[in-house]
Amino acid sequence: MIAARRSLLSWSAFFASLAALPPLLPLLGVDGGGAVQIGVLNDIGIYLILALSLNIILGHAGIFHMGHTAFFAVGAYAAAILNTSCGWPILSALPVAGLLAALLAFLVAVPVIRLRGDYLLVVTIGVVEIVRICLVNNIFGLTGGANGIAGIGRAVILGRRLTTPADIFYLIWSFAALSVLLFSLLENSRFGRALNYIREDEVAAAGCGINTGRHKIQAFVLGAFWAGMAGTLFAVKTRLVDPESFTFSESVMLFAIVILGGAGSMAGIVLGTFLLIGLQEIFRDFLEARMLVFGAAMVAMMIFRPQGLLPARARRYDTGGRTGASPGAAGREKKPGPPAGNGAAGT
Amino acid sequence: MQEFLQQLINGLAVGGLYALIALGYTMVYGVLKLINFAHGELFALGAYLGLTLLTALGLAGGGPAAVALILLFAMGLVALAGYLLERVAYRPLRGSGRLTAVVSALGASIFFQNAMMLVFGAKARVYPGGILSGEVFTLLGAQIPATRILLLASSLLLMLLLYWFIHHTRTGAAVRAVSLDQGAARLMGIDVNRVISLVFLIGPALGAAAGVMAGLLYGQIKYDMGVLYGLKAFTAAILGGIGNIPGAMAGGILLGVIEALGAAYISIAWKDAIAFCLLILILIFRPTGLLGERTADKV
Amino acid sequence: MSLLSLRGLSKSFGGLVAVAHVSLELEADAVIGLIGPNGAGKTTLFNLITGNQRPDSGGIFFDGRDITGLPTHAVVRLGIARTFQNIRLFQSMSLLENVLAGRHCRLRAGLAASLLRPPFQRREERQAVRRARDELAFVGLEEQRDKPAGGLSHGSQRLLEIARALATDPRFLILDEPAGGMNGQETAALMELIAAIRSRGVSVLLIEHDMNLVMKVCRRIVVLEYGVVIAQGAPEHIKRDPAVIEAYLGSGE
Repeated sequence: MIAARRSLLSWSAFFASLAALPPLLPLLGVDGGGAVQIGVLNDIGIYLILALSLNIILGHAGIFHMGHTAFFAVGAYAAAILNTSCGWPILSALPVAGLLAALLAFLVAVPVIRLRGDYLLVVTIGVVEIVRICLVNNIFGLTGGANGIAGIGRAVILGRRLTTPADIFYLIWSFAALSVLLFSLLENSRFGRALNYIREDEVAAAGCGINTGRHKIQAFVLGAFWAGMAGTLFAVKTRLVDPESFTFSESVMLFAIVILGGAGSMAGIVLGTFLLIGLQEIFRDFLEARMLVFGAAMVAMMIFRPQGLLPARARRYDTGGRTGASPGAAGREKKPGPPAGNGAAGT
Repeated sequence: MQEFLQQLINGLAVGGLYALIALGYTMVYGVLKLINFAHGELFALGAYLGLTLLTALGLAGGGPAAVALILLFAMGLVALAGYLLERVAYRPLRGSGRLTAVVSALGASIFFQNAMMLVFGAKARVYPGGILSGEVFTLLGAQIPATRILLLASSLLLMLLLYWFIHHTRTGAAVRAVSLDQGAARLMGIDVNRVISLVFLIGPALGAAAGVMAGLLYGQIKYDMGVLYGLKAFTAAILGGIGNIPGAMAGGILLGVIEALGAAYISIAWKDAIAFCLLILILIFRPTGLLGERTADKV
Repeated sequence: MSLLSLRGLSKSFGGLVAVAHVSLELEADAVIGLIGPNGAGKTTLFNLITGNQRPDSGGIFFDGRDITGLPTHAVVRLGIARTFQNIRLFQSMSLLENVLAGRHCRLRAGLAASLLRPPFQRREERQAVRRARDELAFVGLEEQRDKPAGGLSHGSQRLLEIARALATDPRFLILDEPAGGMNGQETAALMELIAAIRSRGVSVLLIEHDMNLVMKVCRRIVVLEYGVVIAQGAPEHIKRDPAVIEAYLGSGE
């Protein structure tokens, strides 16, 4: 309980201090009122939402998934098409974009989820490439080919048009905060635990009565749903979607954020996103050498700190302050709980 | 019929390249159970090193002998790179989880790719076309460039050499033993580390050969060409049953032919999607590949 | 009456017959031992019962219900739990979380309940944690509940697997070499534990090479050789059975 409260507090502090940045940057005399910096933060925010959603799949369930951009792309294009062709307000496309991405994830996952880890990795890479090729080839005449879709309308919230980078900033980061909240509830629950058991040892998890296939599909679809919604936010931000934004290397970047930050650790993923995306934006001038260092760092991390920069911490359980039953063989004399009886303790 | 024949030859030539690259994936997977994501980059490196020597020595009209020379040169250097790759990025991770090794492989891939971009430039480079004869002969009405036949023959020759080595030498038997069961191989007195190092010399060397051939076949190379070729060659390895050496050869040739015919008769725009769809279908319906793979998941 | 019955089960791998037409009636409220030389097909038989492998032919009936070919998680839900010969714990997770894994199939909270945290979800989580602690206490590991499972001694890891299996509310518990890697003292404690499990109304089927343990705790013993049941009966009977003596002496054990 105390641990949970403390973590709530530090997350609130983190998001509150971020929220103070847009009004603060101009006051600090940052060039151009900090518009550039806000833009970078917006990119980071989108990546953070994506990385958090990938974390459920890769970090918690241990599914080697390197095609997350496929779902991101589906969400972004769905929102763009609904907005430009059907005249939907862009934000109202949010749930539909998520659902479409989830649908694709479901169709992909059902036949392949039982494959061994590295096979699955290759399948997900294949999916991201197929999606990109579909986009380039203007599939169903909807995606605009290599040029993509331009002219996406501005988002409107409660009658207010979001025009400045700061407006978008608040939209993206509110969604990021919501993601942190929901995913932390999820990972500290029966569902989250089950994913971790599956990651640690699938056979043992099944032996504990966990339907491993179903949980893996659920994790996959849920992560894709969230990535689809992140795609909508991306469409809001850039107002133009094209295939080049959704390449395999974006998937690799997300994969790296989760692994290097700390699989299963939200704090680690925030740090990873800021480091990988933030530094990438800051060092744009020496773009090439930056990626060289990044690659070498990935190798070095795996050798020296494979658990990531900020590894996941063990869950804490409220054990009610009750002292444990006497340990050792003596404990066996006691008959624990109501024995057997299906779901006796559960319901 | 003419077009079919022409596309078939095209497919066979490209398939030969896929097969050579796929062998590197499949052999490494055999001994380490690792997808060596950096393998595609080693292939590209081979192409660049071949081009570098070609220009440095002014060999751009030298015919088959010059090609053989640059092939050997590129193969030797890339073999060295492969050896170092294993020592630096994979050996320290032996025994840790599969995921860590896969991430390390990705890191190595990014590293190599960007190193090549820094050294050789981000723009595509032209491979001199005149090095092999531009002769075109006609077979059953189809126009077949001599280069393609030569390349196909060279890749087949390399594959035969490898096959002979794996199946008819003691060292080759050691490679097979380590692929089947590392622990048992060690008990039999096989130096597993040496075998793994050897595989990381042979695989990349074959990849480098494919790189030079790809340059000759298409006339230009780019620093990131290893990604797409790598993925397709990996598909070929899966197609044949990963870990299976003849499977990788057959899978590569088959994929090349399917792609060429698909591009000709379905649509060129969807050419790259064919390989990936095939990959997914194979994994769903026959994950052990056409020629099978040895797996044992013990409870 | 029998709780679990196996009818003509067969399973082979490639050309190797691991289990051949095994028919067994395993009664409730008993500890039954399954013994036999290495490679006799004991673990394969376990894997068939718990759905880790599918039989080539034959049927498995639990409490009169056909469970042949059911996936493992469904078998566990019906009340058959197991431990593994080559210990399969969630090594990096705490003892408590390991045992909580066993509770999973008796909890109801799904995705929505995880997010909305209705009262029933909080109550069942509390109860699950309490139950997990009780099971840890039952095997004598309660004090170490927050330590990672991987840090335990071999013998304690076996106990933790038993606690995890018990947390699934089994009616039938399958133990694969529970005394493997235990010292004499630990084995003695294990025998008490098995008796305690029986007295909770859980039937036990175990594979064990420690004949002293098998003879002492089992009411009935089944002997398997080359995938075939060659003898079954009370320990005193098995000790004198010529086929059993032959099987063991013949294989050099």
